[in-house]
Amino acid sequence: MAAAEGQTSSQSSHKRASPEKTSAEKTSAEKTWHEVVLQTLKRNDIRLVPYVPDRVLTTLIKDLHADPFFTTFPTAREEEAVGIVSGAWMGGLRGAVLMQTSGFATLANVLASLAIPYQIPLILFVSERGTLGEFNYGQSLVCRTMRPVLDSLAMEHHTATRLDEFEFIVDRSIKQAIATQAPVALILSPLLTGGKVFDK
Amino acid sequence: MNKPANAPARNTKVMNRFDLTSRLVAKLKHQEAVIGGIGNTNFDLWAAGQRPQNFYMLGSMGLAFPIALGVALAQPKRRVFALEGDGSILMQMGCLSTIATLQPKNLTMIVMDNGIYQITGAQPTPAAVVSDIVAIAIGCGLANSAWAADEEDFERLVDQSLSASGPSLIGVRIDDKPGTGATRRDPVQIRERFMLGLGVREAL
Repeated sequence: MAAAEGQTSSQSSHKRASPEKTSAEKTSAEKTWHEVVLQTLKRNDIRLVPYVPDRVLTTLIKDLHADPFFTTFPTAREEEAVGIVSGAWMGGLRGAVLMQTSGFATLANVLASLAIPYQIPLILFVSERGTLGEFNYGQSLVCRTMRPVLDSLAMEHHTATRLDEFEFIVDRSIKQAIATQAPVALILSPLLTGGKVFDK
Repeated sequence: MNKPANAPARNTKVMNRFDLTSRLVAKLKHQEAVIGGIGNTNFDLWAAGQRPQNFYMLGSMGLAFPIALGVALAQPKRRVFALEGDGSILMQMGCLSTIATLQPKNLTMIVMDNGIYQITGAQPTPAAVVSDIVAIAIGCGLANSAWAADEEDFERLVDQSLSASGPSLIGVRIDDKPGTGATRRDPVQIRERFMLGLGVREAL
């Protein structure tokens, strides 16, 4: 699902805070979105991060591997990763799963038969393909199934588009998932990550 | 088609799921965790005695080994067993490679192989005649994988797995009998009791 075609857009414009922002906003704005994910996972003691890779997630995955705080590894399928973090949570170890839109599309059964009915605080990060410059028609079609599936299961989900509110969304969503023992999907929009564009 | 490479399986006695599950449960003296896969596999685990360290799957076919891997990673000092059907493992074969890569020392996987989807009407699986699940596991990198020749051999392989330096997989050929009991279908209570049993939670 993570084909080598295309490239991740640069997000360097987000790295500099504009002068009129407050100092608190500057701190947040000076981080990249993937630094926010890593640090917020760490602050919430989420140590186990299995994933099925995506081009947009490349730097995040590399940084998770480089940090001994995290146990991170690839799985063959997204539902396998969901099973692993579900078991780990029941054993007292918190986890989150990274994937792409097309990977989320394989999860309806495990959400409906494991995470939701057993009340497991499953935390999903979904790199959004299929919109805002998609070049593969199949990706844009499967993307349209994602929110209807989440809504039909009444599952909490947020689409993150802005760096300045991203840390708030991630931190509060993780805390809510754990406190209410309900899964959450955090969809990483190309507006946040730059997405993947076909430019070669 | 190639000649099936499952000569050891052909020489393996056809056993019974409930009998083997009962033999396993009788050996558990140290609050070992047991994950029971969907359907008859967890029905027989339920019938063999409802330990607080048992987790019963009421769906998510194929995820007994991944769930057990998660428990094993979370609690490396606790022995974790996973019971799975052959049809289930066919749905999630990639997890064998994940487990082979991570090499958890405290995980024992048991595959109950009857070659059929017993619970849906005993239809044969696509693997039934041609595939050797233990050979597949070895091919995935799980070197410590073996067919149990009979009940005594099964018990020996279980004992052996307890002192293995990596994960173990035990294949058992079973008959076409349905499960002995029926798990109470209450996911929240199953999960909460399991967490109590693992010492993660205190009772309300």
